[in-house]
Amino acid sequence: MNPPTWRSLEELARSPEYARWSQQEFAPGAAELPEGPSRRDFLKLMGASIALAGATACTRQPEEKIVPYVRQPEEALPGVPQFYATAMTLGGYATGLLVESNEGRPTKIEGNPDHPFSLGATNAFHQAAILDLYDPDRSQAVRRAGEVSSWGACLADVIPALAEQAGKGGAGLRVLTETVTSPTLSAQLDALLAKYPQAHVHRCEPVSRANVHEGARLAFGQPLEPDYDLTKARVIVALDSDFLFAHPASLRHSRQLAAARQGKNGTRLYVAEPTPTVTGSIADHRLPAGMRDIAALLVGGNPWMDKALEDLRANPGAGLVIAGDDQPPAVHAAVHALNAGLGNLGRTVVCRAPAERPAEGLAELAVAMGAGAVELLIILGANPVYHAPADVPFARALHQVERVVQLAPYYDETALHCRWHLPQAHFLETWQDARAIDGTVTIGQPLIEPLYGGKSPVELLAALLDDPAAASGYALHRAYWQTQRPGEGFEKFWRRSVHDGIVADSALPVVPVTVTPPSPLAPEQKGAGLEIVFRPDPSVGDGSFANNGWLQELPKPVTKLTWDNAALLSPALAAQLGVRNEDVVELAFAGRAVHAPVWILPGQARESVTLHLGYGRTAVGRVGNGQGVNAQALRPSAGSGGGLQVRKIAGAHWPLATTQRHHNLEGRDLYRHAGEPAEPPPPADQTLYPDNHPNRGYAWGMAIDLASCTGCNACVIACQAENNIPIVGKGQVIREREMHWLRVDSYFQGDLDDPAIGHQPVPCMHCENAPCEIVCPVEATLHSPEGLNEQIYNRCIGTRYCSNNCPYKVRRFNFLQWADNDTLSFKLGRNPDVTVRSRGVMEKCTYCVQRINSAKITSEKEDRTVRDGEVVTACQQVCPTEAIVFGDINDPASRVSRLKRQSRNYGMLAELNTRPRTTYLARTGNPNPSLA
Amino acid sequence: MAQIFPPGSNSIARAILIGVPLGALAVSAGMYALWQSPWMTRAWSPLPQPVPFSHKHHSGQLGIDCRYCHTAVETSASAGVPPTETCMTCHSQLYTDQKLLAPVRESLARNRPIQWTRVHDLPDFVYFNHSIHVNKGIGCVACHGQTNEMHLTWQTQTLHMRWCLECHRHPENHVAPRENVFDVDWKPLKETRGAGPARRLVRDYLIKPASHLTDCATCHR
Repeated sequence: MNPPTWRSLEELARSPEYARWSQQEFAPGAAELPEGPSRRDFLKLMGASIALAGATACTRQPEEKIVPYVRQPEEALPGVPQFYATAMTLGGYATGLLVESNEGRPTKIEGNPDHPFSLGATNAFHQAAILDLYDPDRSQAVRRAGEVSSWGACLADVIPALAEQAGKGGAGLRVLTETVTSPTLSAQLDALLAKYPQAHVHRCEPVSRANVHEGARLAFGQPLEPDYDLTKARVIVALDSDFLFAHPASLRHSRQLAAARQGKNGTRLYVAEPTPTVTGSIADHRLPAGMRDIAALLVGGNPWMDKALEDLRANPGAGLVIAGDDQPPAVHAAVHALNAGLGNLGRTVVCRAPAERPAEGLAELAVAMGAGAVELLIILGANPVYHAPADVPFARALHQVERVVQLAPYYDETALHCRWHLPQAHFLETWQDARAIDGTVTIGQPLIEPLYGGKSPVELLAALLDDPAAASGYALHRAYWQTQRPGEGFEKFWRRSVHDGIVADSALPVVPVTVTPPSPLAPEQKGAGLEIVFRPDPSVGDGSFANNGWLQELPKPVTKLTWDNAALLSPALAAQLGVRNEDVVELAFAGRAVHAPVWILPGQARESVTLHLGYGRTAVGRVGNGQGVNAQALRPSAGSGGGLQVRKIAGAHWPLATTQRHHNLEGRDLYRHAGEPAEPPPPADQTLYPDNHPNRGYAWGMAIDLASCTGCNACVIACQAENNIPIVGKGQVIREREMHWLRVDSYFQGDLDDPAIGHQPVPCMHCENAPCEIVCPVEATLHSPEGLNEQIYNRCIGTRYCSNNCPYKVRRFNFLQWADNDTLSFKLGRNPDVTVRSRGVMEKCTYCVQRINSAKITSEKEDRTVRDGEVVTACQQVCPTEAIVFGDINDPASRVSRLKRQSRNYGMLAELNTRPRTTYLARTGNPNPSLA
Repeated sequence: MAQIFPPGSNSIARAILIGVPLGALAVSAGMYALWQSPWMTRAWSPLPQPVPFSHKHHSGQLGIDCRYCHTAVETSASAGVPPTETCMTCHSQLYTDQKLLAPVRESLARNRPIQWTRVHDLPDFVYFNHSIHVNKGIGCVACHGQTNEMHLTWQTQTLHMRWCLECHRHPENHVAPRENVFDVDWKPLKETRGAGPARRLVRDYLIKPASHLTDCATCHR
């Protein structure tokens, strides 16, 4: 008998509320109108106007205009999208992208297969960045103390102040940046420091790699960035490291690990971590361990860690230990020493110089400002008032500075305290260059003119320092690179670099290192009370994406929370405190306190409370303002640590919108592990469905490998971007009206304190015997000869019978008019190949039929059939682990056919004889027999 | 007790019994006629344009190939309406002071596109692709009619789904040899229409069977 699988605590406890909830097709209130008359009243009212409703079909189509080019660019063909290479930075580090442009409008972001840290994949942040571009809440005007002003007025005010600073060597001048990896910006800052030798450059980065670099300095005598090669690793031990998600090389790590695990040796992954993450959920062995317990693990004496170390020793030179970015430098140093001792250094891990520009911190700047030593502060992109640690009184110190110029994408918390606020251009609107974590440079090109007149940091600095009529970003970057590659071949170099999205051979060299034995670790004593763990939010990061509705509504990995962060508590701690989900607790830490809702998370380390950053924003926009709890108000400069006090606030309730309970499995065997006994599907002919689906020609199908899926959510946002899927808001998510065509279900199995965790992406199954099709009274959902289960919006009258009859719960109904047809900027960003749905219409995954049709048309024009791999669905394209494979199952040589022939292949609810075209490969692993 | 219904009531009842269904039928027929009418479909009525461009002159009399202006028709979903520059390739030399062409010259001078009125306007939930039709031997004339005889352009078909499906069910009635696709005078011969040679074209051009061509997702997604 397998241990029971469950998705939520209510389900495990089989509470009566849960039973009632699970038996309803729609959540309580889901079928009700938002406000005003009840459903019954509404029907009475509508009865009278029903006759008129028919007449609306008799209107003529409105007249449309065709607006051709005046001068058509040679390469532009109306109706044929073009792709341009560029890059996006997260925490300063670049990932190469290819961005689709439809007649000059960027509509979809994909990974650049040639970029070493994309390999064709992207994560949810990259996917959602397209929505930020069109965000109408982005800063649209230059402001002086809140009043709309102009660039000219700003320059006229700041340039004389700079001239004044030149007189005193820049003693009163400070520049505050985010993490800088841009060679052009770095050269500009060098030039600034040469011109103003007394000036200082500071950095504001709430989630930095400072501990990693400092740890390397302890071990090797110089700050270095470790670069992992997982392809050579047979045993990986991750200590509080989410290296498959929250790491600048996560896409590359994911691809390498998935390939290594599928290989002969089947890489074994051990993860010890305080809060379940993407990395922990695909571990072969996961240990819930507090952040501060990691040092103790390294000192020894823990049986779990001893087994892992034994395994590492058995694989010298083919093992790898990774310490998390948030771990103290001493732990990093100890891990380097361990890797060196195991012979891994130089094989599975090498070191390079950090790609980022060193800078002074925020605290030093606040001290200088408080002392009145700063007269002119230039902020490039950062939002220090929100991001400053709680013990740095940045906003107050800011008022001691006469002139503050802030360039930022939103009129944010910092902008409220600045004399000048300037709109910053989105990365798709401006030229840029940036380094990936190994130093590989991408020269990023813009795809559209700035929508709101924004400028890039490079353009602003050039305007302030060199020439008020500053050159364009293009000229500035080109001029910089001309100094780097002088000579005849520059034009060729420039064109090739911009086109390819990488500057060839720009990775930083590997630094040969030897370990100086670090001083022994002094682990914190047990019994020091609770610890608080601050981590970037898996959906909105450090808060930079707080106004992005796609990311706000994205169910976070494992917790499935949307629109909120919460104090994540272990079940044992929750029982001890007597709190339940959605209760409110006061978190008191280092002399400060915040109130936060409770979310009980199986697998959370017993004495660790996790609070994600990025919420509680007050000045970002209509989407992000007021969502969640501001963890920054609690987070001191020292970051996470022990000494947290948690107190229940009696009677308080904080509703949380989680999708964990939605579309639930009701005890059925949906998520399988390889080798588990399972009921065989019934013979294909035992069915009442008419067998009228001949599969001539193509037969589209999909296979999803549960052993590879990390639950990183990139596919969910990719689907949303590709298919014009709207968001609905927190209140509507609580009513179970979320619209994602592709959801990722999280499953727990086994012990409540230490469960195995698994993720299962669930798109439409495209059943061959589709239960939805036979109940539609208007044939709005029907079967294509190629096996697609089609949804025809213009036929749909919204009976919702199909959704009721769908055993997989993958159909989504537009209860209200979700698609925003009024905001002009959103119209630009939509995929022109997919209908924008209206109220009252059912919708669901189409297997990206627009991509299938496009590939079929291309092939038919060449009088050939579609080749395997020519149709790539949006979810498949972004997947960092290549867990999703799509193709023609009539072709026995196709990748998807070969996967479906594996013994691990199973259909979800195959016992219903729906014959789903989407099938799963059961979860496998390579557990250590001595730990099993 | 007096009778409630006078004798005439029978006639009224009969009239109602016959009249109501007849009336309903008449209303339905009227609505259907309206739906089919050129007023609804905009077929057969030339639409005013900012420049009274004449296909009859350019294509019919001068013999300019369709693809000289509609450059994307073989490669893209959209046939492409020519940029102002295309007009000016000739009109920078010819009729340079013609008043009718003032909007064209102005467009180039001010870098403002000419806003043409769309003649063939499919609903937004229909995804039509020119290139696949042209490549499979469906000539321009099959949908757009004899544009070489139109001064101002008009729609010669209803663009109703029924009309699309008629060809998707029986492509052999409309398919042309590929070399005749842009031949505005090519007509399916009476004797070959739907017969042997046309069927051979359907086979040679690998045109999909009706089951695939009439699948909803062929056009709707």
